[in-house]
Amino acid sequence: MNPEVALPILIPLFSGALSLLFWRLRSMQRLVAVAGTAALLITSLWLLASVSRDGIQVMHMGNWPAPFGISLVADLLGAIMVVLTGIIGFAVALFSLATVGRGHEAFGYFPLMHLLLAGVAGAFLTGDIFNLYVWFEVMLVASFALLILGSEKAQMEGAIKYVALNLLSSVIFLSAVGLLYGLVGTLNMADIAQRLGQLEEGGLVDVLAMMFMVAFGIKAAAFPLFFWLPASYHTPPVAVSALFAGLLTKVGVYALYRVFTLIFNQSPDYTHEILLWGAGLTMLTGVLGAAAQFEFRRILSFHIVSQIGYMILGLALFTPLALVGGVFYIMHHIIVKTNLFLVSGFVHRLKGSYQLKKLGGLYKSHPWLAVLFLIPAFSLAGLPPLSGFFAKFVVIRAGLEAEAYGVTFVALLVGLLTLYSMVKIWAEAFWKAAPEDAEPAPEAPSQREQWLLYLPIVGLALCTLAIGLYGAPIYALAEASAAQLMDPGRYIEAVLGTEVTP
Amino acid sequence: MIRSGTLILHVAARLLMPLQLLFSVFLLLRGHDEPGGGFIAGLVASGAFALYLFAFGPRATRQMLRVAPQDLIGLGLCLGVISALPAWWQGQPFLTAQWWTIPWIDFKFSTPLIFDIGVYLVVQGSVLIAVLALMEGDSEEVSHD
Repeated sequence: MNPEVALPILIPLFSGALSLLFWRLRSMQRLVAVAGTAALLITSLWLLASVSRDGIQVMHMGNWPAPFGISLVADLLGAIMVVLTGIIGFAVALFSLATVGRGHEAFGYFPLMHLLLAGVAGAFLTGDIFNLYVWFEVMLVASFALLILGSEKAQMEGAIKYVALNLLSSVIFLSAVGLLYGLVGTLNMADIAQRLGQLEEGGLVDVLAMMFMVAFGIKAAAFPLFFWLPASYHTPPVAVSALFAGLLTKVGVYALYRVFTLIFNQSPDYTHEILLWGAGLTMLTGVLGAAAQFEFRRILSFHIVSQIGYMILGLALFTPLALVGGVFYIMHHIIVKTNLFLVSGFVHRLKGSYQLKKLGGLYKSHPWLAVLFLIPAFSLAGLPPLSGFFAKFVVIRAGLEAEAYGVTFVALLVGLLTLYSMVKIWAEAFWKAAPEDAEPAPEAPSQREQWLLYLPIVGLALCTLAIGLYGAPIYALAEASAAQLMDPGRYIEAVLGTEVTP
Repeated sequence: MIRSGTLILHVAARLLMPLQLLFSVFLLLRGHDEPGGGFIAGLVASGAFALYLFAFGPRATRQMLRVAPQDLIGLGLCLGVISALPAWWQGQPFLTAQWWTIPWIDFKFSTPLIFDIGVYLVVQGSVLIAVLALMEGDSEEVSHD
């Protein structure tokens, strides 16, 4: 009996239901938000501890044995992702106490936030491909509602692109699941993997692999179907963007990792080659898009796209070292990117704008905030000794070892251009003097609000520093999870409980 | 908007609503082994309230309901999650069905029933929110004219 496998899904679901029950009591909702996400963080750490101690954890829901029922499976990658979900959920819950307005709370911000976290955790933990689709939908419903909270015109415009493309991806995903079921007659991922290995129709399997790649590629905002992301992420309240930026696209990346290591690992020459091109182009277009932007959150949104490229690069190279780099990159990226969005929210709270042209002089007035911006920003660009340096280093080294020189060069170039974007934000928002025609600053945040704003930013910055400075245990974790990914037999064995004949 | 206040509708609503609610509970309880269950029962029950709504208008319906539909949804979701937990104490995976027989009336009580009741409440709450919002929006437009 290992309740920790299911608790990361049940806790946010329960907190969401509870805060819906308290929809009249604002203070109670806020309390549930903090307590629920804290509980999520604690159980996710518990899960990670038991997975790294006892190996892959499996729970067959309702006691229906695999492959007939739905199994929840936590391998190291899944557990790491859930821990990151817990960290981001907790940080954003604290941050939203100070930034999400009364109106948004009245329309159900907190229940939706919990629902989103449940969807994300469910997607990371499920071992059933149709169940994965369901969690994607849970996430999509919650994120759509969060995206249009407030119903401003810009939000609607972004939301239409967001929903249209994500629904398209869901349809592709669903039809691919249907075809796959027709081919092998099972939905349990471990069982699928086992049966696909015995199948001889390689061509059809490759077609299915491509369908999954397109579906998850849209979710992950990979080239060429990424444009829903920069069109929508800068429109909702900042706590929502931070949550999306940290978690949503990474669920797509996680799904790619899961499917292309466990199920579709037959013809890596073909599928992973396409992934490699996708990764390179994703990095390049994302970073070039960011260079042309002058809005704080839009720059960051384009950088999500370019960073997704690095993670997919790790998967596409498909060597043990590359997977280590990819997993490490995901860990580093989720924390850093959320933190940058939180900083942008703080800046907006102080100055009332996201437009770089209207900002300025923040270094003078808030030197600590400037330092707290520099840590994640330089980490994103990959400067030593921060977490991003090691993440990029491992991926690039793997690229050189795999002799993929072209894409490695692109990765290095993108790092440089990322630095350019970050320095641009630094120079415009923090360094230059405040412009003459600046909008009158809104009322300064109270002491208590300042605490709530600083606390998550400082916490995440410390995480970044810890990954950078004490990287060895985290690197070991990434290495162990990559070893599990490279050996799908262990996953299959854990779920089905049988010896696997390769 | 539907003209409320016709005699036949009033009388029919008063008579049919209790019957429909009773039928919905019947559907809810027979659901585990035979056709029925929380979802369809919830739809039947919300049909009963919708009939009352057409006859007497939103305000009277809210008064009769006493609880807000949002509370029904919250309560239902809580029950749904809670029904997953009793298996934990038995050392079984979550959501494993637990059955208890209540001795005097020979009634089999179970976690799937708790889950079904949760679904019943959620379906009622969501349908009522939608229908009430539509009716109230409609009557607001009428009063503006």
